[in-house]
Amino acid sequence: MNTTFRALMGACALAALATGATSETITVATVNNGDMIRMQGLMDDFYAKHPDIEVEWVTLEENVLRQRVTQDVATKGGQFDVMTIGTYEVPIWGERGWLVSLNDLPESYDIDDLLPAIRDGLTVEGELYAAPFYGESSMVMYRTDLMEKAGLEMPGAPTWDFIKEAAAAMTDKDNEVYGICLRGKAGWGENMAFLTAMSNSFGAKWFDMDWKPQFDSEEWATTLNTYLDLMNNFGPPGASGNGFNENLALFQTGKCGMWIDATVAASFVTNPNDSQVADSVGFAQAPDNGLGPRGNWLWAWNLGIPAGTQKVDAAKAFVEWATSKDYTALVASKEGWANVPPGTRQSLYENPEYQSVPFAKMTLESILSADPKNPTVDEVPYVGVQFVAIPEFQGIGTAVGQQFSAALAGQMSAEQALDNAQKLTEREMMKAGYIK
Amino acid sequence: MARSVSTQRKLITTVFAWAIGIAIFFPILWTILTSFKTEAAAIADPPVWFNFDWTVENYATVQERSNYFRHFMNSMIISGGSTLLGLIIAVPAAWSMAFVPAKRTKDVLMWMLSTKMLPPVGVLVPIYLLFRDLGLLDTRIGLVIVLTLINLPIIVWMLYTYFKEIPGEILEAARMDGASLRSEIIHVLTPMAIPGMASTVLLNIILAWNEAFWTLNLTAAKAAPLTAFIASYSSPEGLFYAKLSAASTMAIAPILIMGWFSQKQLVRGLTFGAVK
Repeated sequence: MNTTFRALMGACALAALATGATSETITVATVNNGDMIRMQGLMDDFYAKHPDIEVEWVTLEENVLRQRVTQDVATKGGQFDVMTIGTYEVPIWGERGWLVSLNDLPESYDIDDLLPAIRDGLTVEGELYAAPFYGESSMVMYRTDLMEKAGLEMPGAPTWDFIKEAAAAMTDKDNEVYGICLRGKAGWGENMAFLTAMSNSFGAKWFDMDWKPQFDSEEWATTLNTYLDLMNNFGPPGASGNGFNENLALFQTGKCGMWIDATVAASFVTNPNDSQVADSVGFAQAPDNGLGPRGNWLWAWNLGIPAGTQKVDAAKAFVEWATSKDYTALVASKEGWANVPPGTRQSLYENPEYQSVPFAKMTLESILSADPKNPTVDEVPYVGVQFVAIPEFQGIGTAVGQQFSAALAGQMSAEQALDNAQKLTEREMMKAGYIK
Repeated sequence: MARSVSTQRKLITTVFAWAIGIAIFFPILWTILTSFKTEAAAIADPPVWFNFDWTVENYATVQERSNYFRHFMNSMIISGGSTLLGLIIAVPAAWSMAFVPAKRTKDVLMWMLSTKMLPPVGVLVPIYLLFRDLGLLDTRIGLVIVLTLINLPIIVWMLYTYFKEIPGEILEAARMDGASLRSEIIHVLTPMAIPGMASTVLLNIILAWNEAFWTLNLTAAKAAPLTAFIASYSSPEGLFYAKLSAASTMAIAPILIMGWFSQKQLVRGLTFGAVK
């Protein structure tokens, strides 16, 4: 008995040693969104292909995630082997050497299949520093029934003038129907994502070629006045506190005629389980003013590997799997084409089955119409459509967003908000050494 | 006449107390109610109170998606461990301050408390780097140490206040009977200070259980407690209130139940010495 027990113990110890020697655990930091959660449920496929790799997930809210991964990558803390990062971080981190280059992904991965607009935003001096998991732009989502009732027809690519006309015609405040819902909550990724993209279509820009802030320009004044005019006359009450989720709730409960926001919202508003207006939603490109750029942004959640990790090969195997064409096919087979992570690969949009998804065409057109390297009418020294890819932007963007949100809440005039924005941006840019 | 005024006053006080109690409890009640709604009902405007389709789907989703038990165990170990370690350090410290005060004891006490006034984010990077170099990132022992240090001033202060209430003569008598310092603290002081120590322990467990700044910043997958579990259910794009509420309810349930059963001790300890 004693011998058997000893033998068993020995076998267990050997097994434990063997497991320790062969399997490698990687920690993936990710954001809580539908596509990422879906991937966690499809990990059996990855384990079948890579039995020697285990994946631990750390799911966090976007702002917490951003702070945690920035802290970890900057200090080479090594807590994460794969990080979910946005298009804002990738060029900044890539330039600093904080990310592992993905240029050596195998040929089967087909890097050339990635949508050029997305791929460009993730490439620094020819090196791809992150693989896009899902991409999005922004577009107009509107109520087809209300549009019809108003006697109007939404063009595929509307102008801001048409948006105003339609918002006025659809507004019925007595029945709590508001012509337009837009972001008002302060934040560089909240109201400033929308307003910066909108300003591009008005010919405005954050900085000129000498990095001088441009909030004192005529174009910014027109942008902000148009926004305030739309929201004050045809927007919902308390809009200065509304972000994506608040507007989603308003739209789904039939209180918005139009909503200009992330293309990913299309799958939510057309889902009959959650949306009361699922069968009467139409899509159009974000508005423009005939100047070239449209008022849409470009964003992608990407998987990057921090330079501090000791498990580069396992991390690369995971990134390759999660952003591959095979993964797209896997999601389609298990959960249907409407649930495939959109906006990263050309081949997806060439797939006839995906083309039948109602919002697929408009999502692609919106993504393709955004150019992060040339986002504005005039030439600018920065990359980014709805952000400026410099480390100081998060702070400045949020501070400016607070001014504009206060203007929407009626706490100050548009002129005052722009004046404050100009001064604070000048001060920060001077402090950071961009201007003297 | 006097009696009717007194009844009226009693009524007003009761109503006032209930109103405050309900106002404080309301967010928790709303969280619990929301956790049983569908995502669509959770955002309904006007809000629905009780007449919705009750569902436990959110709990099932949370259970399926996250390893609740692991987070729960981490919370237990971190809050229990930091309380125990804190007590081991704080009892002798509070004893010496209460019974053998020096000229600067009050200053030392104030200085200890002043460390609580520093915003934690101010020392985040140095502590993060220390943890990285010592291999303590994402470990329970690392969190036990940091939470002990954070809550130590409160434990020392509370114990000091309770010990001050105990007449020094009793300890003196024990000493005259030949008790050593160790047995004086263990056999004489501790039994007399049990209510105070119990409330200190309870409060410290609650503080450590709810601590979110350090537990979120210093953990990843292995040592993440329930605060990280809650944080994983907030989403910038998509409806999440019902699932987040379910996760929150699951996270606060253990501490709520513990607080419920020990409220007598807690209140007695916290008001100890308040009325003379």
